[in-house]
Amino acid sequence: MSQLADIWGELRRGSNTITLFVVVLFVATLVASLSNLLLPESSALHVSTYTITLLGKYLCYAMLALAVDVIWGYCGILSLGHGAFFALGGYAMGMYLMRQIGDRGVYGNPDLPDFMVFLNWDSLPWYWFGMDQFWFAMMIVALVPGLLALVFGWLAFRSRVTGVYLSIMTQALTYALMLAFFRNEMGFGGNNGLTDFKEIAGFDLSADNTRVGLFVVTAILLAAVFISSQLIMRSRLGRVLVSIRDSEARARFLGYRTDHFKVWLFVYSALIAALAGALYVPQVGIINPGEFSPVNSIEIVVWVAVGGRGTLYGAVVGAILVSYAKTRFTSLVPESWIFMLGALFVFVTIFLPKGLAGLLKQKRQGKDSDGDDARTARAAGEETA
Amino acid sequence: MRLNKMTTPDVSHKVILYIESLCVSFDGFKALNNLSLYINDGELRCLIGANGAGKTTLMDVITGKTRCDSGQVYFGQSVDLLRHDEAAIARLGVGRKFQKPTVFEALSVAENLELSLKTGKGVWFTLLAKLDSEQRDRIDAVLTTIGLAALRNRPAGVLSHGQKQWLEIGMLLVSDPRLMLIDEPVAGMTAQETEKTAELLTSLAGERTVVVVEHDMEFVRSIARTVTVLHQGSVLAEGTMDQIQSNPDVVEVYLGEEP
Repeated sequence: MSQLADIWGELRRGSNTITLFVVVLFVATLVASLSNLLLPESSALHVSTYTITLLGKYLCYAMLALAVDVIWGYCGILSLGHGAFFALGGYAMGMYLMRQIGDRGVYGNPDLPDFMVFLNWDSLPWYWFGMDQFWFAMMIVALVPGLLALVFGWLAFRSRVTGVYLSIMTQALTYALMLAFFRNEMGFGGNNGLTDFKEIAGFDLSADNTRVGLFVVTAILLAAVFISSQLIMRSRLGRVLVSIRDSEARARFLGYRTDHFKVWLFVYSALIAALAGALYVPQVGIINPGEFSPVNSIEIVVWVAVGGRGTLYGAVVGAILVSYAKTRFTSLVPESWIFMLGALFVFVTIFLPKGLAGLLKQKRQGKDSDGDDARTARAAGEETA
Repeated sequence: MRLNKMTTPDVSHKVILYIESLCVSFDGFKALNNLSLYINDGELRCLIGANGAGKTTLMDVITGKTRCDSGQVYFGQSVDLLRHDEAAIARLGVGRKFQKPTVFEALSVAENLELSLKTGKGVWFTLLAKLDSEQRDRIDAVLTTIGLAALRNRPAGVLSHGQKQWLEIGMLLVSDPRLMLIDEPVAGMTAQETEKTAELLTSLAGERTVVVVEHDMEFVRSIARTVTVLHQGSVLAEGTMDQIQSNPDVVEVYLGEEP
């Protein structure tokens, strides 16, 4: 009970950011959902189902950005392979959705997904068993990326691999997985991935209600992840993480096993990314090996850099803004996006090292100069002097 | 509290740190060459020596940062420090202050001290940890000692060089170590700050064991009872400051170089 009281107290103390975040998120979600369901399509204020799905996708990206901010912004671990955990979570969800198709596939085989029939397989590979059960699939969503992060993190952090070397290793990880998932023999649909989903937990995936439902669930889970991450970062554990970021050797000489902290944070972050992936797949309707592409992982880092590291809300804002820009620009000039992304990263690194959140903070500090300096400096993830 | 799990060193023979025949080499260069050194419990010992004499390497070996090629390091009679890593050695009660002041710049002064408290250091422990009133008092007391009480909520990054030095000494104090290894505590301090530091270190000896590495000879003279001179990775001489200064070997290799 006292534990609960502590958490409640911490929530109220840090209520400004958290409340604002949750209120803005929920109001936006509610307005968009209701105007989709209640307003007639002819109304100017009607939000199309296409937009709802797009918004849901942005929220998944926001969650993924949060996962990267947790390790990069607070603990200085720059992962350039977080797309791997996102994609693994997505594939686990995709496998569940494939099994829900049943005999409605092109080949009408009640047991085998279309691509397996096409490959002349006569039975399900062992790792597909149980994936038709929602609870089991959800367990796999967490278990596989979590275990991968645990093993990878344990090996890397115990050997004290840091900085650029760690970033390269994460990049290699996602690249290797991409190559593996491209292969048909892997049993995950190869090049085409998993698609043509029909329903999730009995709900028709093409129905407006289901679309809105998925969007609302994503918003709720994003809020939950945001709150739990804020609580972690405000605890003493959060301060230890910052101390590891700023001087890992010093933290060790204070008696902290910094590798343990980094491994568990890495697993936590991977679980968030996997959850984001699992929410993403039913909304966009496909998962393919392209999600493992190193460029995707770098894009996440750009989101976080644009929004501002070490604030959590900055990552969310950055992910939504950059993704929105991507949607707009790729429809105008598709080939130019990758260059714009690069230019954006260079611009932010040079002119906005603290991202949009840093800009906001500067403005606010200008107004009342005796704000809580310590908290601000920590949150901005920047050393003074 | 997990404090009871920490072993207290057995100092029944009055010696808290045994260093015997320690050898460390980096690519053939012998940083420590058959070095033997004994530190008594409660003593204030100064280590001096020219650059490259092996002072920092010695501290690195004691605190578990560097592995040695051969030799022994015992904390009290029974704890073999060579078998532990940095974190374990810190938890055993060996505190260290770096040559370059190292504080957590993004955290506030008080938070720097909070992290240094002698308490649980595990992942789950820190997730749920709350300061109790005893720990708050301890932090307040140390803040007063190091003269940073008014700056407790400021980020450590805004402190001056001397204040960072003090904060790092404060981080050592609050962790209540048995053995403090202090690398160049007065570098970059004003004369007044130096004097205050000397006072503080002298007052700590007795209750704790303090080993200071310092270049400032005047400072060493003001605090040291016993001085050990290192030269090319081994002990050249040991004794009071006067004995050291009249030792012909020392005059030749170290003090002789000073104008």
